[in-house]
Amino acid sequence: MEGYQVIHEKSPAFYTRYERKAEMQNQTHYCPGCGHGVVHKLIAEALTELGVQDRAVLVSPVGCSVFAYYYFDVGNVQVAHGRAPAAATALKRANPESIVMAYQGDGDLAAIGTAEIIHAANRGENICVFFVNNSIYGMTGGQMAPTTLVGQRSTTSPWGRRSHNEGLPIHVCELLAALETPTYLERVSLHDMKNIMKAKKAVKKALQIQKDGGGFSLVEFLSPCPTIMKMDPVVCRKWVGETLMKTFPLGVFRDHKPELPVDAKFPHKTIAEALEVADGQTVDLVPRRHHHCRDLTVKMAGFGGQGILLMGQLLAEMGLREQMEVSWLPSYGPEMRSGSAHCHVILSHDRIGSPLLSQPEVLVAMNELSLHKFGPTVASGGLILYNSTKLPEGFSAPQARVVCVPASEIADTMGSAKVANVVMLAALLEETECLPTESAIAVLEETVKNPKLLELDKQAIAAGRDYVDTQIEVGAVSQPDGYSY
Amino acid sequence: MRQLCKGNVAIVKGAVLAGCKAFYGYPITPASEIAEYAALLIPEVGGTFLQAESEVAAINMVYGASSAGQRVMSASSGPGLSLMQEGISYMAGAELPGVIVDVVRGGPGLGNIAPEQSDYFAIVKGGGHGCYRNLVLAPSSVQEMFDLTVLAFELADRYRNPAVIMTDGFVGQMMEPLEIKMRDIVQPEKDWAVKGTAESKKNMISSIVLEPDALEEHVRKLEAKYQLAQELESRYENYLTEDADILLVGFGIVSRVLRSAVDQLRAQGMKAGLFRPITLWPFPSRELCETAKHVKQVLAVELSTGMMVEDVKLALNGSVPVEYYGRVGGNVPMTEEITAQVFARMAAHV
Repeated sequence: MEGYQVIHEKSPAFYTRYERKAEMQNQTHYCPGCGHGVVHKLIAEALTELGVQDRAVLVSPVGCSVFAYYYFDVGNVQVAHGRAPAAATALKRANPESIVMAYQGDGDLAAIGTAEIIHAANRGENICVFFVNNSIYGMTGGQMAPTTLVGQRSTTSPWGRRSHNEGLPIHVCELLAALETPTYLERVSLHDMKNIMKAKKAVKKALQIQKDGGGFSLVEFLSPCPTIMKMDPVVCRKWVGETLMKTFPLGVFRDHKPELPVDAKFPHKTIAEALEVADGQTVDLVPRRHHHCRDLTVKMAGFGGQGILLMGQLLAEMGLREQMEVSWLPSYGPEMRSGSAHCHVILSHDRIGSPLLSQPEVLVAMNELSLHKFGPTVASGGLILYNSTKLPEGFSAPQARVVCVPASEIADTMGSAKVANVVMLAALLEETECLPTESAIAVLEETVKNPKLLELDKQAIAAGRDYVDTQIEVGAVSQPDGYSY
Repeated sequence: MRQLCKGNVAIVKGAVLAGCKAFYGYPITPASEIAEYAALLIPEVGGTFLQAESEVAAINMVYGASSAGQRVMSASSGPGLSLMQEGISYMAGAELPGVIVDVVRGGPGLGNIAPEQSDYFAIVKGGGHGCYRNLVLAPSSVQEMFDLTVLAFELADRYRNPAVIMTDGFVGQMMEPLEIKMRDIVQPEKDWAVKGTAESKKNMISSIVLEPDALEEHVRKLEAKYQLAQELESRYENYLTEDADILLVGFGIVSRVLRSAVDQLRAQGMKAGLFRPITLWPFPSRELCETAKHVKQVLAVELSTGMMVEDVKLALNGSVPVEYYGRVGGNVPMTEEITAQVFARMAAHV
């Protein structure tokens, strides 16, 4: 055995006695000649040699190696079929100092867990994946694996794998080598001692890379499964070396740390900062009752892009500022432009029940469609604010007062169609006197950071107020309630 | 100081206050905003945000982070929750805490993105395989989205079990005042977690128990926890129930409509009251029995074809007539609709 170090004892990375096993606690549950025992041994030795046993976390899969936690004296996490790379990702990120290994078979990794392995590799997760490819499902009793060879019989490919039915075997290392982020990908074989020693080097290298923070590694082991293959262990090893290896050539498929671009930085905040709560702030729990704030239910509607939702939010912010109870409920849908948008706003001195309004006291209709659609729903004695100089022909809402405010036109003359919603909000405040206009200014000052835009908004508030105060003539148009404009 | 806040944002803020250090999610309307705000806030306070390749991967990342001892959450909606059910079952089996938000949308299948409560069976009754329960909280306001998220983390850790916030697009999209009272959250020592340290090396997270007797013992142990939770954790709210003849029962956005309906019914001379379950599991059965002692009729209202009503009937066990009214497809009943339903039913019983 020249050139080989002969070890006469078990690696300390294994438990002395396998107490998690129900019986026969001095031996593994693996069949004679199985490759898992060899891979376990290589991993255990490498952990000891690198001095990382205490930091090691082994994620065991579903498959024959589901019980890897019987043997490894490390932190053990057993996970769902195929998901080891996902769980390993989170384990590593939770404790970056830990050495996280995902141990997976061919069914686990290359069939049900295809998405998880590709994405963990693509993220360059700083983990090691040990992938045991024996071309068959062992634990479930010999069904076809994604790595089963063409013509190879299994219980679910009784005539041998047929390429026209099941496709060709998946080459995991080659597949992952198409990604730019993995650091180290190698396929090794367990069919003889020379190759097992190469495999040992690969395992150690993968763990060393993780220890150095070097990124994602995967070692694929071509491994014998004599029991399922119904072969003598020695014959099975030979089959791996002569047949399996032909389809899955050994080699290093990636061996360099990827050069990644520099990522954007982001701010670090205290919890109070992130929650937008100033530290040590005294809390005012009792809502004040202001005589100039009155309960109101408002529906605002128009085209998407008219700032309908924002107009509602501003009103709600104002109510909040005046210590009222408020609710704002938007229409929501798939992200699409130029659809219709509406929102419901409630201002109240008491706890608000339903945030949904079937009969709003006020409707703000920013387009004709909304006027027709929602006008009839306005409560008796309510108010409709319509974004135009005059009502469309044939429209009537005898139960409500209707006020035409050409907010869009006014906004256009101010040079920005965008402030039509603010013009209308000011008209609403002036007409209903539900909240003081100063409150709107204060809310705008808090929320609008761009000084130019803020100035424009303030002008829009003034214009909206002014229009209602000066341009609307009481009684100009008769309506049944005698109060219409 | 109160801030105007969206329901979905309040959930993320609750998670931040609770010390959640990891969020693993996948986009789906109407829950994407939770992931978006988590992407913003969780890294800012030193945590991990990752958009997973699927809900399947996301829940298994939650499993991994929880195994490592982190407070962790995910959020999705119906179809995503269906994909997560296997992982949630594994978490319950392995006794892993974690918070999952279900912003329920219309189903089955792709359905639509409007509010429903039709995940009740999937979430409250288990959903995944095996004998386990989720702790399920049903907020009905933005403030509760925040408060119950903090509570969900506490309950999940206390019982070492997944906790689910079951809400809907309306409560998620709604903006209301949110009051955040800053406090130091003390997290329990997780001496069972696998942290990649010498001290935690002895630990193992697993849900496989091969021997029938051993698995039975494990399942009984889980059941004992669930019985304790049933004893201690049911939460509810009553509104004008003391002299009520008719008791409305509903949760989430529906309970808001029912509250307005109670006011409207009372204004019209009908003695109506509201019982609002805040925990859907454990369902506040005892409290509902107590509340319904003197009522003439119970009306369960929900956004499904009748799921919660089964728990209402089980709780009352025939002592009071229980009827059901519901809407689906994303339709939320208006206050007047409920009022009319109540009048029609009371008239039928005179």
